[in-house]
Parts: sequence; structure tokens; C-alpha cells
Amino acid sequence: MIKRDALLKPLPLVSIAILSIPIFVGYLWVFMRTFTTRMYGMSPVGELTLRNWTFIVTDPLLWHLTLNTFVLAMGLTVGIVLVSCSAAYPLSRMSFPGRKGFLALTLVLHAFPSVVLLIAIFVVLNYLSRVPLIGRGLPLIGGVGYNTLGGVILVSIAFLLPLGVWLMKGFFDNISWDLERAALIDGCSRFRTWRQILVPQIRPGIAALGIFAFMHGWSSFIIPYTFMVDQQTAVISTYLNLLASGEQLMDYGVVSAVALFQLVPILAFYVFTQKYLLTIFGGGMKGGT
Amino acid sequence: MKDSEARSGTALTQAPQFPRRLNTGPAWFWFLLPAGVITLVFFFAPVIITLVISATNMSTITGLTRWEWVGFGNYERLLSLPQTVRRFWITLRYVLFTLVFFNVGMALLIALITTHIPRQLGTFFRAVWLLPRITPVVAYVFMWQIMAAAPPHGVITSNILEPLGGPTGNLLPANAFLFIVLVNGFIGASFGMIIFTSAIESIRQDIMVASLVDGASKLQRIRYIILPQIRWPLLFVTTYQTLSLLTSYEQILVLTGGRWGTEVWALWAFNVGLDDYYGFFQYGLGAAIAAVLVIMGILFALLYMRYFRFNELLHEPRIDVL
Repeated sequence: MIKRDALLKPLPLVSIAILSIPIFVGYLWVFMRTFTTRMYGMSPVGELTLRNWTFIVTDPLLWHLTLNTFVLAMGLTVGIVLVSCSAAYPLSRMSFPGRKGFLALTLVLHAFPSVVLLIAIFVVLNYLSRVPLIGRGLPLIGGVGYNTLGGVILVSIAFLLPLGVWLMKGFFDNISWDLERAALIDGCSRFRTWRQILVPQIRPGIAALGIFAFMHGWSSFIIPYTFMVDQQTAVISTYLNLLASGEQLMDYGVVSAVALFQLVPILAFYVFTQKYLLTIFGGGMKGGT
Repeated sequence: MKDSEARSGTALTQAPQFPRRLNTGPAWFWFLLPAGVITLVFFFAPVIITLVISATNMSTITGLTRWEWVGFGNYERLLSLPQTVRRFWITLRYVLFTLVFFNVGMALLIALITTHIPRQLGTFFRAVWLLPRITPVVAYVFMWQIMAAAPPHGVITSNILEPLGGPTGNLLPANAFLFIVLVNGFIGASFGMIIFTSAIESIRQDIMVASLVDGASKLQRIRYIILPQIRWPLLFVTTYQTLSLLTSYEQILVLTGGRWGTEVWALWAFNVGLDDYYGFFQYGLGAAIAAVLVIMGILFALLYMRYFRFNELLHEPRIDVL
């Protein structure tokens, strides 16, 4: 019996290592491929090189796309944090007619698969394009209509909003009531209480939501792919899709380098902020699969 | 001063009353306004627009202005198309396989394994399994394309099949269904993994230890202690992921675009409405296909609310009532 136990003991470890192989292989291949000229399966046969990297970092198009992607990610981050914090406050701590209904709605939308609405949102964005002033021609984000960064940011904010509001409400729920009561009795307005007393209390929540939103925006594909059609507004994801889909004959080394280029900030965030992120993934990561 | 007179008057007959509520005015309205507007424009309006344009012949030919009503025409067309039945079965098969083998099966397996190996290793492997979810979708799918590709790129073909004398073409077209299950499954497993892990870790230690002291093996403990304790999380993950899988198509879009028999229902709506190869977008028909999912989504979402104890999540706000 002792022998059998000794054999069985490493079994869980071995089996999970085997199950995880595809994940390791995928990452390892992409990483190695960016530094080699040729590979046969998992083994590099060409010489080691930095050519793939110098090729992409000297490409002005990539930097233009990086800027777009960054603006998208930052816009989503700032937008979602502001809107969620503002909406979560009354939902958590004020009583008004319709509060319960609004909360229920947030939860329903959280479960609701928003990607199936894209056709209708295409119509909405087309109407928004025709609104003077904000529809087109804003600096940096280009407006909020179809085929603009602003439009994509707005749709991304909307899709993430149920999660953001729900998460922030949880953080507001945990603040001591006495703190807020003291501020109000001392004559603070509701807005000032929110801004100066409560928001500083939920910094960890803001950090978690902010990091999550940034990573989400930096990686997002389907919304930019659907609503931004020209190269001026394209992002890294859509560019990578174009390269990898094989419509242009491309060196896999370059494709891998672009993929890794997009991955590096994500991995850095992941390694350093895992604790924050787990609260979100666990608390009901929406969509995906 | 009338006010205070009135108040002191009543004070004679009853205990002094403090104002029950702080005068906060309509502050809540302004705080909720941005979120409300966004919800209205990007959730409410689109749900209604989806239903409305599903009753029109709107497409790139008619544009957004010169369309006509066709009533239930799109739905009748759907019922008569031979693809409809095929898409339905593909979707069902895809959801079922991914759910059973990965989003619940693999998730449970990993949660169980990582809670039975040394703590740090468990954390490490869970972090590894979260990688597919946080990896940008196009880069992630690219890794799978590489695995399936023909030599010299393909990992499976060059490193396993070729030495064994197996087929060496690109594996994707012939095994597209398997690959969409794998690609989605490796992402999907992490959701259940996190929920199951925290459920297992929150089982009371005295029960866990007592069972072993009483002579149960680890496997018996899993069967008779752990699984019964996590049946609610199991049910939750199963229902939640069913809806997610039914309506997710991003990875399939990048991997195959719907070719080789992988066009699931949600992707079909997207392809017809917004991503036709020749640029002929049929918004009306696409909306009709999507409407089926929209209605299903609403029903599912209401179901969660009903059964996953929404009311317990609500606290009554106490600040307004001093």
C-alpha cells in the first residue's frame, strides 16, 4: 500500500503539468520566434536575430497604432472609473425611488451578452456621427460616432459599465457610515462628500477597476474591428489580425513580434497586480467564454 | 419664526422631532445621470433597435434611410433557410462540448488539483490557466493557429505528427470544430476554476479534516464532501457559462471566421449583419438572427436574478435616515 501511495502522490502535479502544456507551448513559441529567423516546430533552426524587433519598432505605422490603442485604453479607464464611481455612490448610499430597480437592471445587464447588440449599436453610432460638434472632428479621439476612437471608447465603456458599477457599489458599501454622516453634518454637500471623503476611501477599488479596464481596452478586438474601418483609427489588435489572417504574405517572425509587443504590458500588469485583478475575475468577469 | 413656534407648540404635546431625513435634494439624479444616459443609448435603444430593424429589409443597399418594413419576413426567411437548422446544431454542439469538457469539467479538475498540491504550486498553475483569458484575443488565437499550422511552423505537425508519419497539412480546416472548442475552452476554464477554488477553500476545515481522520481517502473526500458542498457554485457556473458560450464569437471569428462548419449562431448574426466578405451587410436579417439571442439573453439574465438571491445583496442605505 505504501508503494501505491508513493506512486499516486505526484499524480495530480503531473497531470496538471500535462494539461497546461498547450499554454506553455503557445507562449514559448511566440517568444522564441521573435528572436529567430526560422523555426521548425518548437526548435529554432535559423540563427538568433533581433531583426524582427528592429523591423517593427522602426515601423511608424506600429507607433501610430500604439498611440491609438493607448488612447482607447486610457479613455476607457478614465471614463469607466468616473462614471462607475459616480453612479455607484447613490446606488450604495442614498435612498431614492427606483434605486432597487436600477440595481436590478445593473445586474441583469451584467449577465446580458452585450456583443449581440453590435448591429444595433452600429446604427446608433451612425446617428451619433451626424450630431454636430461631438459627432466628428474632436481632437485625439475624433468624435463619438462611427469610425472614430471616441465612438469605440464610448461603446467599450458601456459594455464594461455594469461590471464597474457593481464593483464600485461593493466598495462604497464597505465605507463606515459615521465618516459620511460626520461630513454631512458638518455641512459638506453630497458632491463634496463624495469627492473629498468617500472616493479617497475606495482607492483600492479604483485601482482594480482601472487596471482591469486598461488591460481590457488595450486588448480589445471586436469593437474596434467592427466600428473603426480605416488605418487612421486602427489599433494593434486589428492590425495583428490583418497580419495573422494571411491576407498579406507575412513573416511569422514579424507577426510574433507584434503579438509579443502587445502582450508585454499586459503580462507586466498581470504579474504585478494579480491580487487586484483576481477580485474582478472572481467577482463576475463578464462575457468572454 | 413661524416654524419654530409651531415646533415648540407641538413639543408640548409630544417628544421633540428631529428631521427624519437630511435634506439631500435630487443629488442622486446627477450622480446617476452619466451611467443612465450610457445605459439608455447603448443598451435600451439597441435592444429596441434590434427588434425594430429585424422587421425591415435594411442593408448596405437600402442604407439607413431608404429601407422598408417587411414584418416577419426575415424570420420567415430564417425558418426556410437550410443553414438555420445546421447553425442551430453547430451552436448546440459547440456549447455542450465546451461547457462539459472545459468551462465546468476542466475548471473543476483544475480547482481540485490545485487545492490538493502544495499551495504555491497551486497558485502558480491557476495563474497559468488565467493567462489565456488576459491575453489579447488576436495574439492568443495566433498561438493556436501556429499549433495547427503545417510544417515548418506548426508545433503539432512538425513535432508530433511528422515523426510518427501522420498527416502534415494544416490541421485547422479538417478539425476546425475541435479547435474552436479548445480555443474557447482554455479561456473558459478559468472562470469556473476561480469560483470553484474559492468555494473549496471556504469549506470548513473541521469537516475536511474529520473526513480524513475517519478514514476516507482523498478521492472519497472529493466525492462525498467537496462536491456536495460546492453544488451551488457548480450550478451557477453552468448556467452563467451557457449564456456566455451561446453568445460569444470573438475567438471563432479570429480563428476561422466561421469557415469549415464553425459558424455558430452569434457569429452568423455578426457575419450577415456586419462582416460579409463582399461588403453586403444585411442589417435586417442579421438583427433577426441576433434578436433570438437578445431575447434569450434577457430571459437568462432574469433567471439568474430570480435564483441567485439578488435581494440578499442589497443593503438599505442608512445615511438618509438619521
